[in-house]
Amino acid sequence: MKLYEYQAQKILHKYNVNVTGGEVVTGAEEAAKVYNQLGAKRCVIKAQILAGGRGKGGGVKIVETLDEVKEYTSEIIGSRLVTVQTGKEGIEVNKVLIAEAIDIKKELYLAISIDRSTSKITIISSTEGGTEIEEVASKTPQKILKEQIDPVLGIQDSQAHQIALNLNLTGPLLTKASNLLKNLFKVFVENDCSLLEINPLILTPDEEIFALDIKMDIDDNALFRHKKFQEIDNLSEDKSAEKMASEAGLSYIGLEGNIGCLVNGAGLAMATMDIIKLHGGSPANFLDVGGDAPVERVTTAFEIIFTDSKVEGVLVNIFGGIMKCDVIAEGIIHAIEKVNIKVPLVVRLEGTNVEIAREILDNPDLHIIFADSMKDASEKIIKAVNDRK
Amino acid sequence: MSILINKDTKVICQGITGKSGRFHTEHMLEYGTKILAGVTPGKGGSRVCDVPVFDSMKEAVEETGCDTSIIYVPAPFAADAIIEAAEAGIKLIICITEGIPTIDMLRVKAYINTKTARLIGPNCPGIITPGESKIGIMPGYIHAPGAVGVVSRSGTLTYEAVWQLTQRNIGQSTCIGIGGDPVIGTTFIDTLKLFQEDSNTEAIVMIGEIGGSAEEEAAEFISQKVTKPVVSFIAGLTAPAGKRMGHAGAIIAGGKGTVAEKVSCLRNAGVTVVDSPADIGEAVEKVIS
Repeated sequence: MKLYEYQAQKILHKYNVNVTGGEVVTGAEEAAKVYNQLGAKRCVIKAQILAGGRGKGGGVKIVETLDEVKEYTSEIIGSRLVTVQTGKEGIEVNKVLIAEAIDIKKELYLAISIDRSTSKITIISSTEGGTEIEEVASKTPQKILKEQIDPVLGIQDSQAHQIALNLNLTGPLLTKASNLLKNLFKVFVENDCSLLEINPLILTPDEEIFALDIKMDIDDNALFRHKKFQEIDNLSEDKSAEKMASEAGLSYIGLEGNIGCLVNGAGLAMATMDIIKLHGGSPANFLDVGGDAPVERVTTAFEIIFTDSKVEGVLVNIFGGIMKCDVIAEGIIHAIEKVNIKVPLVVRLEGTNVEIAREILDNPDLHIIFADSMKDASEKIIKAVNDRK
Repeated sequence: MSILINKDTKVICQGITGKSGRFHTEHMLEYGTKILAGVTPGKGGSRVCDVPVFDSMKEAVEETGCDTSIIYVPAPFAADAIIEAAEAGIKLIICITEGIPTIDMLRVKAYINTKTARLIGPNCPGIITPGESKIGIMPGYIHAPGAVGVVSRSGTLTYEAVWQLTQRNIGQSTCIGIGGDPVIGTTFIDTLKLFQEDSNTEAIVMIGEIGGSAEEEAAEFISQKVTKPVVSFIAGLTAPAGKRMGHAGAIIAGGKGTVAEKVSCLRNAGVTVVDSPADIGEAVEKVIS
């Protein structure tokens, strides 16, 4: 789960990290009101979307008059912001954050994440803040430093000092920076973050350190013990198919193609997409119905696949383990009745109760094309979709 | 011969009274697995499929002498179940549970490293030595005894690969699902090492997927230490960057963890990497003939 900048800011503020503050608004009049309340001439307006690269994409603006505030806010709200991370279609902006602009002396980079190879928490730092870290990594990798933190011991003073020194924060700044690092580490662990990235972390002309932009991702597996994040999630205006799927206990990700996929298991679901591509087709989605999906969930899975109007055929690939093939078969029958499937449907079933499943689906009125292997299934769905054109 | 488990392996099922614990205990017993005890705190004294249930791992180990456990405990309590097993002296802990918070797993792994216990998973289908013992959730009948070792980050995709082998009359020595989470106990490298040392294993199938760098690290290990033929498939060529593909660990982050990167490392290490998941069986047939 990704948090918006303004949500992450509130959390960091509670841990005594300097943030810009400000208010979130959804319209120009409200923005004008907040601008007047802030009382600062120079303010910054930042589009609140769950993707990075906003600065370069035109989603961050410094404003100095009331007219500018109104003009920019009405321009950006409701528009689709395209950044390097959003894809071509961009993301619609519904909210902006208005805060006092802060003078910058130096921009730094700081991130905390999980190091999968060492099974430790790693703090990544660089003196090259403000730009994409991937860019720094490819051009000047020596300017990115990593400090591994033992998950049981937590961050040690000496480690915090070392990171501060790497960032050239010396003298009185050394203590400030290491306190900041210890607070950020606490934020990471206590909130079950999978990523906490601050880019840029800035030094002001009067030697204060501020987290200017914050990216905070929460481990979905840990949401059960964080009521505040569950509430944020419940209030979310996200009506996407991905969100619908996750509420139904399914894992779905929309793609560009026209062949819908319904598969059990994440690895097999990816492999099914891959084989469609390999045979010249294009998958419309990733969909994992999970280990022991009841009939209703299978029906919901079909409904979600058909929320995508690009879908011109569906491939069902099930290898029953815990998931019994006859349950999938019942789900398919139910879905055909409920969803009114008008496109070709190729079904490949293997594993537990496969014979019962085949009997259930053995009805010419259902217009199901049967396949006996993954290869056979992908070839048949591609042909069926092409034949319709 | 096989690796890690065989017909004599004595198993405790943690979370045996839950829905999946009960269901899979029945299927494991049917397969011939020696499940001698179950543990659910508060349910001690009862029986599931005629297996005695104990309140704690300590008690269950003392009574039965088991050295292996399988965990079906729900995610919020699973990390604790792993620690309890290691503390009770269990040597092989197989954790099926999906959804354990990553931070909990970091601490569990640090703890396990101080013990002699080996952890497989979490978020995995378990382990099977065909014809001898099945400690997991995989359908037993798709496997056949033989000489190919299978290791995978996935569940159903492993079944697919195993099924392709069995249909070609190629049996398996042991099949292990190491799990789809970012932090897991036993890695590809640990398993490759065991298969290399196992005299009955002639070839190895390694199934990877996008995310992390476990396949790259395995490639490095294979080039130095593995003399047996390795066939591999990496899932997720068509997966978009930045999206978690079902498994918590299957995500291309910051341009890292792509199929292209992994395949290139594995090929450089002399591994036969198939482009299509349908070609795994055929490729194994070629390398062992």
